Amino acid sequence: MEDIIRIENLCRNFVVGSETVHALRNVSFSIRPGEFVTIMGTSGSGKSTLLNILGCLDTPTSGEYYLDGMSVRKMGANDRASYRNLKIGFIFQSYNLLAKTTALENVELPLLYNPAYTRRMRREKALEALKAVGLEHRIFHRSNQMSGGQQQRVAIARAMVNDPVILLADEATGNLDTRTSYEILALFQRLHAEGRTLIFVTHNPEIAEFSSRNILLRDGHIIEDTRNSRIGSAQKVLDSLPKETN
Amino acid sequence: MNYGNLIVIAFRALSNNKLRGFLTMLGIIIGVSSVISMLAIGEGSKISIEKQIQELGANMIVVTPANAMVGGIRQNGVIEQTLKLKDYQAIASEVPYLESCSPYVTKSGQVISGANNAPTSIYGINEDYMDIRRLSVAKGEMFSDQDMKMAAKVCVVGQTVVDNLFKNGEDPLGQVIRFDKVPFRIIGVLAPKGYNSMGRDQDDIIVAPFTTIQKRLLAIPYMHGIYVSVIGEQYTAKVIQEITGVLRQTHGITGGQEDDFNVRSLEEMSKVLTMATKVLTILLACIGGISLLVGGIGIMNIMYVSVTERTREIGLRMSIGAKGRHILFQFLIESIIISVSGGVIGVGLGIGAALALRFFLGWPVSVLLYSVVISFLVCTVTGVFFGWYPARKASRLNPIDAIRYE
Ligand SMILES: Nc1ncnc2c1ncn2[C@@H]1O[C@H](COP(=O)(O)OP(=O)(O)O)[C@@H](O)[C@H]1O
Ligand SMILES: [Mg+2]
Repeated sequence: MEDIIRIENLCRNFVVGSETVHALRNVSFSIRPGEFVTIMGTSGSGKSTLLNILGCLDTPTSGEYYLDGMSVRKMGANDRASYRNLKIGFIFQSYNLLAKTTALENVELPLLYNPAYTRRMRREKALEALKAVGLEHRIFHRSNQMSGGQQQRVAIARAMVNDPVILLADEATGNLDTRTSYEILALFQRLHAEGRTLIFVTHNPEIAEFSSRNILLRDGHIIEDTRNSRIGSAQKVLDSLPKETN
Repeated sequence: MNYGNLIVIAFRALSNNKLRGFLTMLGIIIGVSSVISMLAIGEGSKISIEKQIQELGANMIVVTPANAMVGGIRQNGVIEQTLKLKDYQAIASEVPYLESCSPYVTKSGQVISGANNAPTSIYGINEDYMDIRRLSVAKGEMFSDQDMKMAAKVCVVGQTVVDNLFKNGEDPLGQVIRFDKVPFRIIGVLAPKGYNSMGRDQDDIIVAPFTTIQKRLLAIPYMHGIYVSVIGEQYTAKVIQEITGVLRQTHGITGGQEDDFNVRSLEEMSKVLTMATKVLTILLACIGGISLLVGGIGIMNIMYVSVTERTREIGLRMSIGAKGRHILFQFLIESIIISVSGGVIGVGLGIGAALALRFFLGWPVSVLLYSVVISFLVCTVTGVFFGWYPARKASRLNPIDAIRYE
């Protein structure tokens, strides 16, 4: 099968004043469709930088990035925007919801930039995604009226709403309690089972157990790339957790 | 791309940030409405002053006597007696471009009819004076050339005089009234003119043949003035020059000797007045301009303060698939809605304020179309530009740089 993501000698430098920060140094790897990859590493190791490039939000200083066989470097800004709209779901570490905007409107947003969706389809899809993250009772809450965990779940719903081929998450469970984390993880595993490609940045080693592959970064290098043959089930962990009464 | 969706996006963004929208609109509203109302006040007073001058009679020139110089010595304290009938005759016959010309003497005093009396002024003039001062006879008739020749004791009275003397509504025509013991028969009543814009009652007046007043009432050989009207405003300067020439000749004034008379046109007086209103209008326009500037700066400030927030928003929108042109279209729609509705409200408020000043305070105001157009354009263009320009800059960033913008 063709690689869905292939990066070759990716470098990303940031110039801060007179200093150059090498956030990524010659990173190369390929990801096949249907893989669930966790990217781990200490803070500052370049995880977010890598994920931003994979999400077409940032451009590398050098190196190649092939998305679905196409060179992202050679794409125009509009093509990259189309890719983000149609094929990629991105979950930010800091949620990045629209201020003072309801959960429903936030989740509908990607579909508003896709003319293929009618008003009704948009709403149906958004409600479906909000239900999947357990926020069906909070659809008219505004972003400033929600807790961090709720906002993160809205962000996850928004990333899923366009049925992306690739779902990229930057510490998506960082602000969630254990139970909700496993709920989200179980959701991701269901998406994985559907055949979607997932890339999950985390600093929590436990999460790696639930993915099919784990890449470890340090100082902008890949120092470990391991496949996991014994994938745990988040749903089972979830079932074993004591039930909460809401 | 479906632009209908972008309009939905723009409206959602506006309705989720009502305060920001309102503050931007406020700048525009203040700017537009203050310019319109300030200029309306300025223009109103200009028009009112012009009206006052029109009331006095356009194209009017007044010749008045000045201190006589006898042997190089200014005759002080002497009633100026330099204007004589021959001066009037010389002007009437020799000066071109004249429409009307009237000698003029006047006296203030008490007018009596039976038991009633009232203070007023009597004017000795000829028929031409009626045209010059825009007077007309409403009832009865004007005195004739014959009356003038005979120095007949007839007069035409203003409505206020009628009201003061004939309190029971008697017909004033044919009645005899006394002014300084001289009896006058009323042969006509002037059409009422009401108060002029300076608040003077223009109907408190009696006019009579010049000869009658000069000889029988005042018994003087001179006159108090000569009123002239010109066939067209453009001839005023020429006529003043001609009159001066004619009078210098009849008075035997030569070379550097000073005139013993003054020739003034109302146009000159009006120039002074219009100058004053111009200054006022400029002042008000400056205040309006400053308000426009303050409004504009207000718009810029709000837009500028929200640049950070909006740049992040733009980054987010791009990160989920918005293209540059989608962002620009959304921001253009938003700022057009804000600016145009702010402009419209500002125009309404400005005109409303001007009308309220007229209605409640009686100020003469006149809304100028150009002030509406210019202030509306300046504010909406400023609003649209400062809404659109930061959006254009932000939409060219990498999405991640826009999201992280500080
Ligand atoms: N926009 C930026 N400007 C300058 N330096 C940056 C920027 N983004 C990241 N870096 C630097 O690059 C390195 C990697 O950052 P990041 O990818 O955010 O790490 P992680 O997500 O693994 O914590 C860090 O040293 C960070 O300071
Ligand atoms: Mg990070």
